[in-house]
Amino acid sequence: MTAVDHRAAAVAAPAETGGPAADTAGRGTRKVFFYTILAASSAVFLYPFVWLVVASLKPRDRTFADPFLPWPRPFAPQNYLAAWDAAPVLSWLVNSLVVGVAAAATVTLSSAFVAFGFAYFRFPGRNLLFGSVLATMMLPAVVTLVPTYLIWNGLGLTGTQVPLWAGNVFGSAFYIFLLRQFLLGVPRYVFEAARVDGASYFDLFWRIALPLSRPALIIAFVFELKASWFDLMRPLIYLQDPALFTLPRGLKAIVDQFYQGGDPKWEIVLAASVVTTLPLVVVFFLGQRYFVQGIATTGRRG
Amino acid sequence: MRRPRAETRWAYVFLLPWLIGLVVFQAGPMVASLVLSFTDYDLIDSPRFAGLGNYAKMAQDPKVARAVGNTVLYTLSHVPLAIVLALALALVLNRVTGRAAGVFRTIFYLPSMTPYVAVGVLFLFLLNGQAGMVNQFLGLFGVQGPQWTTDPDWVLPGIVLMSLWNLGSTTIILFAALRNVPKELTEAAMIDGAGPWQRLRAVTLPMISSALFFVVIINTITSLQMFDQVYTMFFGNQIAQQSYGDAALFYVVYLFQQGFQFLHMGYASALAWLLFAVIAVITLVQVRVGRRLVYYEAEEHAG
Repeated sequence: MTAVDHRAAAVAAPAETGGPAADTAGRGTRKVFFYTILAASSAVFLYPFVWLVVASLKPRDRTFADPFLPWPRPFAPQNYLAAWDAAPVLSWLVNSLVVGVAAAATVTLSSAFVAFGFAYFRFPGRNLLFGSVLATMMLPAVVTLVPTYLIWNGLGLTGTQVPLWAGNVFGSAFYIFLLRQFLLGVPRYVFEAARVDGASYFDLFWRIALPLSRPALIIAFVFELKASWFDLMRPLIYLQDPALFTLPRGLKAIVDQFYQGGDPKWEIVLAASVVTTLPLVVVFFLGQRYFVQGIATTGRRG
Repeated sequence: MRRPRAETRWAYVFLLPWLIGLVVFQAGPMVASLVLSFTDYDLIDSPRFAGLGNYAKMAQDPKVARAVGNTVLYTLSHVPLAIVLALALALVLNRVTGRAAGVFRTIFYLPSMTPYVAVGVLFLFLLNGQAGMVNQFLGLFGVQGPQWTTDPDWVLPGIVLMSLWNLGSTTIILFAALRNVPKELTEAAMIDGAGPWQRLRAVTLPMISSALFFVVIINTITSLQMFDQVYTMFFGNQIAQQSYGDAALFYVVYLFQQGFQFLHMGYASALAWLLFAVIAVITLVQVRVGRRLVYYEAEEHAG
């Protein structure tokens, strides 16, 4: 092949491919093309974050100034102190953590417990019952919103954080499904051997099933932590006392108070947004492969 | 004969949490919600039977019509755009190798880790008609951007634009599916003289049809339930709610207002049941049509 051939193939490459030979020739150009697309898309996805963090570190009258300058000028870290003074942001952070960990820990443990029941035992009605698990996976939470509120109201627990996580002690269809699939991959003789050695069913669950399903448990935990951290509607419904707010609920209160009106305090809104977002980004980087694996294998929107 | 029976009893011990939850938090509330939808209930007086009154009211409520219209229009805009863009990203990701693909995938997913309330806040700023980054960017090309957050005609397009920042999960699912397409198939098509477009249409897309179908359904169901971002941006603040009227009124927002702001629990339940019926139909279509249209690999659901 001559150099001219190469060039001709390269020019034609993104549009059409004549055959394996032309394909090899166009590869270099096409790589550049693909990387350019990926880099441009990355900029689109990342820059709003950059803007958010930068704007949160600028004085109020500069919030909208120089939107494409990727560092704060002038630098105003005191915005975070202002946010702290304006609202109990730190308590909200702690509340979100407590509720999130409670929600994630309970749902992970209970779902694993139930999943073990479905994966290990053979009993009449098993398929029908597992069908009920699958059926509820698609049930939109909105449908049961009102009666669920009435239950917590009847128990006198509205106005507390309990409704934000306590329902999780009964397991959740999606995680039961995930963990059962995982446990089905454990060879049965592992359990049978332990049975022969005199282990109880609880031992099988606690000493064998739980440790073996660690990756799936982590997926369930991080997904539920994220779901809980995102939740706005239930805190809106159940919490009245600002001291009990979670971060999303608190941020909503801050937006309502400071975004509009005669004297907007944008720097407080932006600083509180960063505080709401950052912890999850950290969790994501720590548990990244579990998120990706969880979404790719189960298809759940993360 | 004794051992299986004991095992059955033990099985139910393990299933007990689920069974309780199923009755108390799923089946029970489902039925309760249906019953409540035939009543007027304000949380103070006990429910009063209203027959089909709530459903008749829904049919005539202009706000329901507006909320349904907005929600459907949003869904019909978001879903195709999101799928096409995510598919394009996944296809490109599939062409670069190893580490780089992982890094880009992480970047694409990052917006999905932003709590929806924060997304709503962020886009209030980005879409700000006077000085927001989006309009400043358009200004670089001499385009005068619209008042995304206050002009009733531009509120919904702004929301769609915001929704497209969140393509991470869809891209990951499609990318995972693309990686499972055997290389020999596309290579064979290439040797037969199929161009990239033909290879995409005749080989790649059919091979990932189950994943494609899945993300269409999931994105549709999620879109129909849109609440957090929209509520953050456009509701709950009296001052904010003037100029754009009901342009941002989504179905679940209206349901929430009826149930928990006006305490029309019966009416909210009726609204919830309509949504449930629609989602149930979509899910059924998924199961039925999916089975017929979609090409399944033999060993796909092994684990």
